[in-house]
Amino acid sequence: MESVLSRYKNLIVLAAVLFVQILGLAVQVRRASADSESSSRLIRVWAVGAISPFEKVLRWGQTSISDIWHNYFYLRGVRAENRDLKLEIERMRLEQVRMSQDADQARRLQALLAFKEQFISKTLAAQVIGWSGSEQSRTVYIDKGEDDGIKPDMAVTTVDGIVGKVLHVYGSTSQVLLINDQSSGVGAILDKSRLQGILRGTASGEVGLEKVMTDETVPVGEKVLTSGGDRIFPKGLAIGTVTQVTSGTDAFLNIRIRPAANLSKLEEVLVVTRIDERQAAPEQTGTVRAADLLAERLPSVPQKPADATLPNEASATPVAAKKPSAPGTIPQANSAVNTTGPAANKTHAPGTTPLPRGVAPTTIPRTAPAQPSTSNTDARVSNGTGTPSEETKPERPAEDHPQ
Amino acid sequence: MAITYTSGEQVEVYRFSLPATILIPLLAVFLQAWLPLRIHFFSLFDFPLLVTIFFAMARRNPIGGLVTGSLIGILQDSLTHQPIGLYGIAKTVVGYGASSLGIRLDVENAGARLLLTLVFYAVHEVVYFMVARGLASLHMASTWQHEVGSGFANAFLGVFLFALLDRLKQRT
Repeated sequence: MESVLSRYKNLIVLAAVLFVQILGLAVQVRRASADSESSSRLIRVWAVGAISPFEKVLRWGQTSISDIWHNYFYLRGVRAENRDLKLEIERMRLEQVRMSQDADQARRLQALLAFKEQFISKTLAAQVIGWSGSEQSRTVYIDKGEDDGIKPDMAVTTVDGIVGKVLHVYGSTSQVLLINDQSSGVGAILDKSRLQGILRGTASGEVGLEKVMTDETVPVGEKVLTSGGDRIFPKGLAIGTVTQVTSGTDAFLNIRIRPAANLSKLEEVLVVTRIDERQAAPEQTGTVRAADLLAERLPSVPQKPADATLPNEASATPVAAKKPSAPGTIPQANSAVNTTGPAANKTHAPGTTPLPRGVAPTTIPRTAPAQPSTSNTDARVSNGTGTPSEETKPERPAEDHPQ
Repeated sequence: MAITYTSGEQVEVYRFSLPATILIPLLAVFLQAWLPLRIHFFSLFDFPLLVTIFFAMARRNPIGGLVTGSLIGILQDSLTHQPIGLYGIAKTVVGYGASSLGIRLDVENAGARLLLTLVFYAVHEVVYFMVARGLASLHMASTWQHEVGSGFANAFLGVFLFALLDRLKQRT
């Protein structure tokens, strides 16, 4: 007997080690529905604790070197980029004005219907420090964990689109399940058709939208957003774009999605640590017009000395006179927008810059303007209600019609 | 110098220092988790598998080989969100097989290492897929082109990596 044991010792040990692992695997699979992590939590904590410090150190080194290079040495094109960004900011401010008006309208309607809106009230920036190391497990590790307030099932996103959700949380790191993993699921809605479905990853790492009936029409290129139905991702976050639509084997379409976020090159992500709900209410802030913003960009009038101002102007426009430092504080400025009448060419004083059609004077504050507003285009400038302020009423109609 | 004799052939048994025994597998798992994040091409390689094969073939001890494979596999499993044991079982089998073959074959030359790494990569993938599908009910997706390409990539990397790791060998 002893000789048999010693002869087959290697095989017996192999069988024993395999048996123990298979048993452990079976236990984990059986408990998967209840709590997938409880049976192997300790091993995972040790493994992550052993690997993540190296990852953090390397990540820190990489970031430091990159910062030094980009912030102190490689500054080629920064000036041009800065100029482009300024233009972009101005373009976006104009866009913001338009959208804020739409949003105000939407809020008024939501308030009427007693809607509750969800919004992200707190996020935490984190860096991606590692990967699972397996093509079959599409997860990444971030450098924020329980100590930073991260909890399981928090949404993880980038500025481009959603990334995934927090799966396991450790002391100073967390494991994030990406949306292209086959065990991932996200409630999704198509942007235009408003069809809802479930976003799922596939074994090959692609992303598909399920549960959309075959009798529906889904165009390629349509954007996909979060629906909020999964109670993890707030409604309206970008997911990606439809790239392929085919008929499935069952009654549902087979829709392929290209994620908006680049899941294979993640560096920084945002963890949504708090989502609040509030009753929609229309905002009471003053209206900002696109014309106001345009006016800020125009060449301004150089400040004139007090003695250069016409006597009748100083007395006729006390409000303007109180703001001598502001450029373009000419009493005729309000009439500059009136370019339809015969006096259009005579509305600005010598040494001042005429404003183009439809542009309000630059001295008009956005929330509580004091400048007169007698032209048609300035009807809403004063306080956002369409009613001119008291100060604007006694202004000089005569200046619009010079003698 | 301790020499073991098997089937009339002369083979040497090597051992490694404790830091090398601990740090090299850790480094392999770390590289597996870190490099593909920066350069996606590196996801083709399985560094922990190569280290398992190297240690098993150098030690020529089946029990040592399977234990090494088991521990490296479990460590690799721990970083995934899947049940622990998938890589553990596959690398246990590979560790046992590599050390058993190491006793019988000359595994010091580059050609043999290339071929053996290719074979053990295939064994590893087959065992992993069988366990993942059969025991964990996971859906696996892979193409044979990808597997063949990955197998050769690992085999070529193995030749260079083994030559590098040979410097850490200590004769018993």
